[in-house]
Amino acid sequence: MSIVENHTLTLTPRISEAGVADYIALLKPRVMSLVIFTALVGLMIAPGHFHPVLAFTSILCIAVGAGASGALNMWYDADIDALMSRTAKRPVPAGRVTPQEALAFGLILSFFSVMTLGILVNWVAGGLLAFTIFFYAVVYTMWLKRFTAQNIVIGGAAGALPPVVAWAAATGSLAVEPILLFLIIFFWTPPHFWALALFRTDDYARANVPMLPVVAGANATRLQILLYTVVLVAIAAAPWPLGYFDAAYGISSLALGAGMLWLAIKVYRNREDAPALRAARQLFGFSILYLFALFAILLLEVVVKAAAPLFW
Amino acid sequence: MDKEKPPGIVLTEAQKKRQRERSIAIALALGVLVVLFFAVTIVKGSGVLVRPM
Repeated sequence: MSIVENHTLTLTPRISEAGVADYIALLKPRVMSLVIFTALVGLMIAPGHFHPVLAFTSILCIAVGAGASGALNMWYDADIDALMSRTAKRPVPAGRVTPQEALAFGLILSFFSVMTLGILVNWVAGGLLAFTIFFYAVVYTMWLKRFTAQNIVIGGAAGALPPVVAWAAATGSLAVEPILLFLIIFFWTPPHFWALALFRTDDYARANVPMLPVVAGANATRLQILLYTVVLVAIAAAPWPLGYFDAAYGISSLALGAGMLWLAIKVYRNREDAPALRAARQLFGFSILYLFALFAILLLEVVVKAAAPLFW
Repeated sequence: MDKEKPPGIVLTEAQKKRQRERSIAIALALGVLVVLFFAVTIVKGSGVLVRPM
């Protein structure tokens, strides 16, 4: 007698019900908007004439490359995203997009963004974009994020590179100015993300992500936020005395920096209960405005300089 | 006697709608890519073959 009964095995392939909105969500549109803006500033402050079609192509490729990094990040991090309230509704942990679909989407967009930028604009920019995607998806997401409390410090380099890629697209080379923009975003990243981590500590702890407040505690994080903010304010103002950006930028940078510093001190001093959470939320919110405003001023300077001959 | 064909995979209305939306999005993306390559070719003119490193 056979111990194997006759069963009809029905294998129904999974039919995707992912909508276009789910794929757009994989691109992390809010992060992408900041990438587009900082890249646009990198492009606009670059010297020489850059044809608008090539400028549009460059920004589009950088935006798609950033989106591809986001999709690869969501593919790899689906397990920890499912454990955190902030990320549990993302398409992969919510089950609307399979991990394989997210991976394929991220890889295809990475390939097309890098190749298009390289072929249509130049390979310095294409190579830098490829490095940025690799750094975010592999170095940060697959390694640093789950391995060290310095994850967002080192990983912040990926988020700081878009204006450098844009400058390279416009000029075919690198210079001091895009490096300054890189440094501003690089030193902005720790206070920004650690402020977030201070009011999302439970989330990160549940997902076993070694963010600084989880590993070293809230007070050590508050001190680090303050120290990084001091360095950030100094670095953001430095291009003015060094002669790279104008006084309008320098003075605005110091004024905005004073706001960042004041909120960082509030975070450092308010250590208990609701005031502590409120201070962290305020710093997190203001930090976004701070970076946006700094880059907006640079953009405004370029526009004013370009328009000045028309009026004077 | 003719054997009846198995029905195969039958998509629900929701699946058909999403599939159609995805197809349109892919078509649009490919269209943008084609237009982009065409526009840059026109902009660069004969310089399209010059690829600075």
